[in-house]
Amino acid sequence: MRITAEHLNFTYNPSSPFASKALKDVSLTIEEGEFFGIIGHTGSGKSTFVQHLNGLLRVPTSLKKYKAKKPKKGEILPPKTVLTVGEFDLTDKKTDFRALRKHVGMVFQYPEYQLFAETVEADVAFGLKNFSEKKLSDDEVKDAVKQALEIVGLDYEAMKDASPFDLSGGQKRRVAIAGVIVTRPEVLVLDEPAAGLDPLGKKEIMQLLHKLHKEWCQTVVIVSHDMDEISENCTKAAVFSEGEVKFVMPPSELFRHADELFSLGLDIPRTAKICRALEQRGVTLECDFTTEDLIRKALALKG
Amino acid sequence: MKAIEFRAVDFSYDNGGFAIKKLNFSVEEGEFVAVLGHNGSGKSTLARLCNGLLEADGGEIEIFSMPVSEKKNLYEIRKNVGIVFQNPDNQTVASIVEDDIAFGAENIGLSREEIGERISFALKAVGMEEFRHSTCTRLSGGQKQRIAIAGVLAIRPKIMILDESTAMLDPRGRKEVMDVVTRLNKEEGITVLLITHFMEEALRADRAVVMNRGEIVMQGTPQSIFARHEELETYNLSLPRIGYICNRLRDGGIPVHDTLDEEQLAEEIAQCVLRQSI
Amino acid sequence: MLKDVSFGQYYPVDSFVHRMDPRLKLVFLIAYIVAIFLAKNFYGLGACLLVLVLAVAFSRVPVRKVLRSMKGILFLVVFTAVINLFFYRGEEILFSWKFITISKEGIIFSIFLVLRLFLLVMCSSLLTYTTTPVALTDGLESLLTPLKWIKFPVHELALIMSIALRFIPILMDETERIMNAQKARGANFESGGLIKRAKAIIPVLIPLLLSAFRRAEELGDAMDARCYMGSKNRTKYKKLKFGWRDLIGFLLVAALITGVVLLRVYLGATI
Repeated sequence: MRITAEHLNFTYNPSSPFASKALKDVSLTIEEGEFFGIIGHTGSGKSTFVQHLNGLLRVPTSLKKYKAKKPKKGEILPPKTVLTVGEFDLTDKKTDFRALRKHVGMVFQYPEYQLFAETVEADVAFGLKNFSEKKLSDDEVKDAVKQALEIVGLDYEAMKDASPFDLSGGQKRRVAIAGVIVTRPEVLVLDEPAAGLDPLGKKEIMQLLHKLHKEWCQTVVIVSHDMDEISENCTKAAVFSEGEVKFVMPPSELFRHADELFSLGLDIPRTAKICRALEQRGVTLECDFTTEDLIRKALALKG
Repeated sequence: MKAIEFRAVDFSYDNGGFAIKKLNFSVEEGEFVAVLGHNGSGKSTLARLCNGLLEADGGEIEIFSMPVSEKKNLYEIRKNVGIVFQNPDNQTVASIVEDDIAFGAENIGLSREEIGERISFALKAVGMEEFRHSTCTRLSGGQKQRIAIAGVLAIRPKIMILDESTAMLDPRGRKEVMDVVTRLNKEEGITVLLITHFMEEALRADRAVVMNRGEIVMQGTPQSIFARHEELETYNLSLPRIGYICNRLRDGGIPVHDTLDEEQLAEEIAQCVLRQSI
Repeated sequence: MLKDVSFGQYYPVDSFVHRMDPRLKLVFLIAYIVAIFLAKNFYGLGACLLVLVLAVAFSRVPVRKVLRSMKGILFLVVFTAVINLFFYRGEEILFSWKFITISKEGIIFSIFLVLRLFLLVMCSSLLTYTTTPVALTDGLESLLTPLKWIKFPVHELALIMSIALRFIPILMDETERIMNAQKARGANFESGGLIKRAKAIIPVLIPLLLSAFRRAEELGDAMDARCYMGSKNRTKYKKLKFGWRDLIGFLLVAALITGVVLLRVYLGATI
């Protein structure tokens, strides 16, 4: 599923003293198959943007109570907002937003805090049962849950009857992710999937996402402010700042714009810092800013 | 003088398993010590034992030679040991910044004028003077943690423990907090015990301690610890990415030293490459 | 982003009324309500209205906003007005049909009642528009201090209230986040019957409760670590101070009460 946004605007609490414009004329395309990174500070609009992707936040024209205003004579209309995810037109009132959510899985920050059921199996099955039109048989549920737990690296038999609250932090997060991917969404969006984990936990979660990207969900979108994470993992990235999209490009190009990123208060990955420092010393190292490529190219320079 | 001293301390949680095992550990006054370890290595238990939030099952813990196990010392110990916790939202008591910073100072019974001065001092120390009358919920994560530090500073503790205080922050917030902590250690002479799993943060310390399964398994300067990368990995701690790069380059024949500074690494690579091309 | 909306209806501007001492504002509110009930004729109510208009003008809260607080009780006002209109037993009967009689006195009484209710709601909502919940708690704690003599835990109560106030926006935010997370997993909070909706709340309620407990525990530790030992030996940083604004407020309210009483004595009671 391809995601396209054009001229997307969003304001929190409009017509109140607390009104704040969170998105300003955002245009962005995420192609199917991408491992896409969204970068930005807290309050840059990145979370607002991703919450549009499964209809948790809505374009005003898609709301039931929306009434089109007749334009005044001579008034210049703002450019039309476009927001589509695959076949779904998110600006349309007639769109079935629940059906959309089945196709766009969303893993929030610290997803382990959304666990609620008595057993791991029941928790993972929650979304599955919600989304299915017909009543699923026990075997169907069991099958789906088993596969979801296994792909996130948990043993179904050992886990299914355990209380999700008795698990370790890392396991809880995996169960929460299983609870989202169990419906086999084509797009998986994760907000800071590695937040709060120790280095090993981080590494494992990123490995898991690559596995999911390969075997389970065509498109993976991660929101992150860890530049190393972006440069190591993403095929393409967008930079949000103050509600606007500043860059959309592969990390290998993005992190050459170091000065612009610094001026936005953002950092660049370690690898890009090394390349930059080398450049200042008259050594050009053309790499895509992944660790492995940097090492390879550096060794090649030596010959 | 020893600020913190643990002698053969044991501690286990009710659900079994040792969180801390026969731990011997001490921190000198004015020292900056980083405690590293993966989640569940027992490093957070350490913080809570220091000021009596948890009670040791065995052994002796002393803060400036005062045993924590004696109830009558508790108040004095808590005045001397400030802890900044992980979640920025769960340690502020009041809605307005200055009211929150006042909380600790009010608890130790200072006069109004003194509290006012301490608030000014604490806010200045964390560089947030202009937020004195702000609402806490409107601050960023890094700012909230700096307010939490200020709240602790208002009691004027001699020791400050940061219990994974940067774990929930973004890189910018993390840097804000670490800058403040480093300055407090260098300029105010406050003893700092930094509990973290971010290797980069440990670099700022005088000494790093690695914990695994409730025991101290490595100790030394941060640089010397990072040099033992293979050992680190067995404790589920991975080297900062740059450390890994150094190792691989060396294996490939570029003679670089262990460093965690990009500039220095680039300098060494450049020297090697440029020398060759002449 | 619920947290961006201040809890309650505090209207964040800086004004004469905002800067008044919360304790006195509470006292003034009570005095003002007394004045409303002392007024027995339209002149008295007129005087009350004048004071209200002054207060609103000096509060810099938009009139539209203050008026909006009537919306909630509009039904109650209309209901009492209608009941009184139809059933008040006056002497000068204007209209009579079956058990309904409308008298001149009935009309006057109904208008009086509506005006009274209007003033009551306006002045209390003005207080909440101009005073933060925290300031209100502080004011209340200070006003309740005499109760300490009978060992009533005024300080603890005030601390509990202020902590609750501080965590409300955080928990509201958290509720929204959990609801969003469950919605993303297909939960449906908008449709279905009562039982279905009640059931849909469980996946929100459990994580919310767990989080509230976790937060409470962590906050408890943080308070302990910051030397909290109860109210013993504890000092208070913020002493509420009376200022010139409070004096003006005091004079105004005193004048109002005197005025209302005088108007009643000299011009007689309408009701």
